[in-house]
Amino acid sequence: MTTITTTTTAPPRVRKRVGAGRRQWIGLIYVAPAVALVMVFFVIPLGMTAWMSLHNWPLMGEHSFIGLGNYWAILRDTRFWNALRFTGYYTLIVTIAIFAVAFPLAIFIERPRPFTNLYRTMFFMPAVVGFASASLLWSWLLNVDSGLFSPAAYDLGLIDRKFNLLATFQPAFWSIIAMVVWKVAGFTMIILMTGLQSIPQDLQEAAVIDGAGPFARFRAITLPLMRRTLALALILSVAGSILAFDQFYIILRGGPRNQTLTAVYWIFNQSFVSFKLGYGAALSMVLLVILVALSLVQLWLLRKPEGLD
Amino acid sequence: MARAISARGKLTARLARHSTGIIASLLFVAPIVWTVLSAFKPAAEARLPPLPPWPTTGFSLENYATLNSFGDGLWVSAQNSIYVSVMTVILSVIVSVLAGYGFSRFRFPFKDLFFVLILSTIMIPFQSILTPIFLVLTKLGLHNTLTGLVGVYVTLQLPFSIFMMRNAFDAVPREIEEAARMDGANNATMLVKVMLPLVWPGVVTIALFAFLGAWNEFLAALVLMTDQSKFTLPVMMTALQSGRFGAIDWGAVQAGVTVMMVPCLILFLALQRFYIRGLMAGAVK
Repeated sequence: MTTITTTTTAPPRVRKRVGAGRRQWIGLIYVAPAVALVMVFFVIPLGMTAWMSLHNWPLMGEHSFIGLGNYWAILRDTRFWNALRFTGYYTLIVTIAIFAVAFPLAIFIERPRPFTNLYRTMFFMPAVVGFASASLLWSWLLNVDSGLFSPAAYDLGLIDRKFNLLATFQPAFWSIIAMVVWKVAGFTMIILMTGLQSIPQDLQEAAVIDGAGPFARFRAITLPLMRRTLALALILSVAGSILAFDQFYIILRGGPRNQTLTAVYWIFNQSFVSFKLGYGAALSMVLLVILVALSLVQLWLLRKPEGLD
Repeated sequence: MARAISARGKLTARLARHSTGIIASLLFVAPIVWTVLSAFKPAAEARLPPLPPWPTTGFSLENYATLNSFGDGLWVSAQNSIYVSVMTVILSVIVSVLAGYGFSRFRFPFKDLFFVLILSTIMIPFQSILTPIFLVLTKLGLHNTLTGLVGVYVTLQLPFSIFMMRNAFDAVPREIEEAARMDGANNATMLVKVMLPLVWPGVVTIALFAFLGAWNEFLAALVLMTDQSKFTLPVMMTALQSGRFGAIDWGAVQAGVTVMMVPCLILFLALQRFYIRGLMAGAVK
């Protein structure tokens, strides 16, 4: 009723202000469910993680405040540092491996030519399968008796005795790398492809006329102009690898001899196997700091280029 | 003469290109095809190495039947997975469409703060806050319920899907809304009748990502679902593959992995355009 009178009698500017005033609170109602969910399942748990990390907090019974006790314990927790070192090593190797496969694929499918879309779809298929499914699949392929690789190598006469790929560190580790590259390369390929496609074609052509070879063009044009895409693909790969869990839990159970426990795996063990919830929370805080630092690096790397940059 | 040579050179280049493409495609698709085919072997054959991958002693659904006999059975886990994924899709679409519309079209107190808050959750790995999530769910009486898991999954989707939807609404010209408002549409009818058809591609994209995310998630389901009757497919299959139900039946693992992969592959092949769109939106931002 009031609105109608205002709209008919008031001059346009006033009408607009009144409309905006009424609409303000409606906007809040629209975003309320999202904000509530983020509060309940993100902000509160985040605060609780920080709070719990200062406590001795068993699953059952009373928890007690111990200040920085958990953090001092972390400093002496060699197994956590080993897990962190292994996670770093895995992240480095798997990222290099993913890029070594994904970059050539991205160049291969970059320009529209016959069948390019079909190839792109094929390369991408493992990326939509979940990490758990892929891990279960490969745990079968890698199995010494019922799997594919070891029996196939045996049948072809490449080895004279069936070889258990998952029994020792090196073959087990490289099997995981192969599986992750198979699963993730298509995803990274698409990201890199968007970067390649954003490079103006005439720039490349001008370089050809100037007599630049393919390597010179790659170094002087492709790489610098893809800086933001490369950074994004790199960060996605690094962040995903630091948080790796599924494949090591499902295929290796952290073995052989606990050599492939990752940081998340160790936190999982402390929190949900040993039920040291306070200590698990302190470990989580360390992981969180690492990931947030990484995000800040990401923001810096992804900053909009200034001028020609 | 020269033309003949260059034609032959072109042919060789094309041949090289397509053989590379075909070999690489086979490498990527082979493990999937291998599993799907092997799952149709009779149980006795499925225990042997998969050479060749297709059934040689007759086509059989035995592995699927066996799978249904473990624990509470394949069908219970599949139902759980379907319920969790579908609910995650529905709720994350509703919540993100509302929020995207709100952030795009209204000015209200704390607007920027809320937007940054929601987007910044993408920087925090949820793996590091699982313990308190477990406690919060217990407090809410949602401990060990699929509904609780849905709440977590929807929240995980929000930064991406709200960002997507806000951009989708931003791209709709304001004149359309003003015209509808002249015709007497209120906010709710406008959103459903006028705006929704215009942002539909964005809705399909976020629905697809929500489904794949919920269907494939493992760690949260493993931690939060402690009762076997609440297991989703990845948790149930991992329990089976770890030998929790006795000797590992690889035939059943192949069948289970097939059930887990096929919906993702079908959805991706059918909605590929929307999937790539989502990736681009994430990559270009």
